[in-house]
Amino acid sequence: MSSIATDDRPRRSSGLGRRLRNGGISLLWALAGIGIAVLMWELAKWLGTIMSMPFNTSDMTMPHVWTMIAAMGEPEVRGSDTTVLEAVISATLRSLLLAGGGFIIGAGVGLLLAVIMQRFLFMERGLLPFVIASQTVPLIALAPLIVGIGNRITIGPIEWNTTYSVMFIAAYLAFFPVSVGALRGLHAPTATALELMRSYAATPGQTLRKLRFPSSVPYLVPALKVSAAAAVVGTVVAEISTGVRGGIGRLLIEYARQITSQPAKVYVAVFGALAMGLIVAALVAALDVYLTRHLPKENSA
Amino acid sequence: MKRISPRGRAAAVVGVVSAAAFVLAACGGGSTSGDSSSAPAESSASSESSEAAPAESTEAAETCAELTPASLQLQWFVQAQFAGYYAAKDLGFYEEQCLDVTILEGGVDIVPQTVLAQGGSDFAISWVPKALSSREQGAGIVDVAQVFQRSGTLQVAWADSGISTPADFKGKKIGNWGFGNEYEIFAALAKEGLDPAKDVELVQQQFDMLALLNREIDAAEAMTYNEYAQLLEAVNPDTGELYKPEDFTVINYTEYGVGMLQDAIWASQERLADAAYQDLTQRFVTASLQGWIYCRDNAQECADIVTANGSQLGASHQLWMMNEINKLIWPSPNGVGVMDPAAWAQTVAISLNTPNLEGVTVITAEPSADAYTNQFAEAANAELSAMGLNTTGDGFTPIEVTLNEGGN
Repeated sequence: MSSIATDDRPRRSSGLGRRLRNGGISLLWALAGIGIAVLMWELAKWLGTIMSMPFNTSDMTMPHVWTMIAAMGEPEVRGSDTTVLEAVISATLRSLLLAGGGFIIGAGVGLLLAVIMQRFLFMERGLLPFVIASQTVPLIALAPLIVGIGNRITIGPIEWNTTYSVMFIAAYLAFFPVSVGALRGLHAPTATALELMRSYAATPGQTLRKLRFPSSVPYLVPALKVSAAAAVVGTVVAEISTGVRGGIGRLLIEYARQITSQPAKVYVAVFGALAMGLIVAALVAALDVYLTRHLPKENSA
Repeated sequence: MKRISPRGRAAAVVGVVSAAAFVLAACGGGSTSGDSSSAPAESSASSESSEAAPAESTEAAETCAELTPASLQLQWFVQAQFAGYYAAKDLGFYEEQCLDVTILEGGVDIVPQTVLAQGGSDFAISWVPKALSSREQGAGIVDVAQVFQRSGTLQVAWADSGISTPADFKGKKIGNWGFGNEYEIFAALAKEGLDPAKDVELVQQQFDMLALLNREIDAAEAMTYNEYAQLLEAVNPDTGELYKPEDFTVINYTEYGVGMLQDAIWASQERLADAAYQDLTQRFVTASLQGWIYCRDNAQECADIVTANGSQLGASHQLWMMNEINKLIWPSPNGVGVMDPAAWAQTVAISLNTPNLEGVTVITAEPSADAYTNQFAEAANAELSAMGLNTTGDGFTPIEVTLNEGGN
């Protein structure tokens, strides 16, 4: 995962061996980072036994790392065939699917808005304030509202359900960085380049396809990264806030309620949410590699 | 710059967007199949009760022309606190009333009475003080069945803390949940003549019992059916065994005389003017109360029904909750779901006269007389009695539940 996230983008000059070596090294660093985090955790717990710490280090608040690992293998509820780990993985995948859906819708809407705003100046003046204002509405105020409205919506044969509401909330957070980033990118071509297009008698559509989209990529990629992270956060928060079943957000709440007797369990769910963020980051990094494969390296973000 | 192929990159950007269609389609398919997993399991119990039903219950005919859809918004996830509704659904009581009920689970930020008032559901479960507060702020809702006859709120302290009555709160750190769940504490303090601002240290408490177990607070707010059980499911690190009831002292706000009414079925006041919705409400209340009667007599089976509907709670915790919920409902001397006027008056009085730390009371004026109605519950009692069911639960005895570690 981390090997993709680092900066070794494929270039024609770089050999396969070198890339593998780079990947291996960054994997080692990532593992070392995890190791250090585990050591710090256990060190804090140990210090808690010999001196007073500013936070509670009891086994109930901060279970041992090995307790957490053991908790992964325990059955979710007694007698059930699924282990906690399996439940967390399936919940993570489901949330990932929702976040992915929200991200793609959000990115699509964001891109569309950017194109519209770039094409018509009055749209930029009129829409942009709303786009920005949309992100200042607190999510926890919005989530129940969207679910409440969603409960009453039927579009043809599709009955709206809370799953769609979660995806909608993810998309709502995800569209903003893309629309702002893409707008900036679409404005990026130099006047000379635009004049060249004009001298070719290119239509606005042609200018968009052949000039503006390509030159917006360096702006779009970081925007997509932010947007993907926002979609993940939006999904988990929406799941927690509206209690939608099946996802990692709901599982976090369910396990948090059992914290007095199984404190390690909730951490397994936290790891699931963490893994989800990493997977999404890796996917966007892969997309980055693909989109910027022809760009000189210093141009890519 | 020569190597840049604009066409290729533009196509890639478009490709991302068009991939949306596929993922969307996949998500849509997944969610529909996921939701259908809560389909009711057909049980033999439904045939039993229809045998018991005499011929005069014409509405509960074997075949309905069509099922009327209805939805119920809960305050929280599926758990035995709502067993009666899940039992009524899974055992076919709703179907016998020609209802197709969708039960909407709650979440952290879902306010059932608001969902109801906004038309997001046909009925909602809510605590009376919270619903009265929403009502005062303009939500047109009516209590159509007061299911829980008494409050399940406790204040739990360590046995060695010297707290045995609210008078002992003086000078202690008292946990409370806030968000409208704290008024019984303030009423108890007022009853003892304690000033909540000066005489006690009120601490905002999480919805778990860690703060008490870690001795960060002296007494914690707890529900009989949930948080108190969580304490008894936790391992005492000193003994290696589970905590025992004698490790704690429990103040029961109902017994102390400051209990406020909790779970009730609320309906839309505006829509009650409509005869069709009135009829829907009647059928919904009757079948729901039938579910609660069933759960009184079949606690284990109802706990299993709740678990089968996707509750994550362990088996012994679920059964404990079912049993404690039964204690909050039964006996119902006036009939199940019928309002006890004294309890209502007490709830209203506390809501009206007890300010919290910010000086805010739950409501500022006496609620109008139409805030609750016994019309539906009384008709339901008549119908259920005619079916040979005991609707008051006199002689009800709770079962004994042993909690296991972690509620398993």
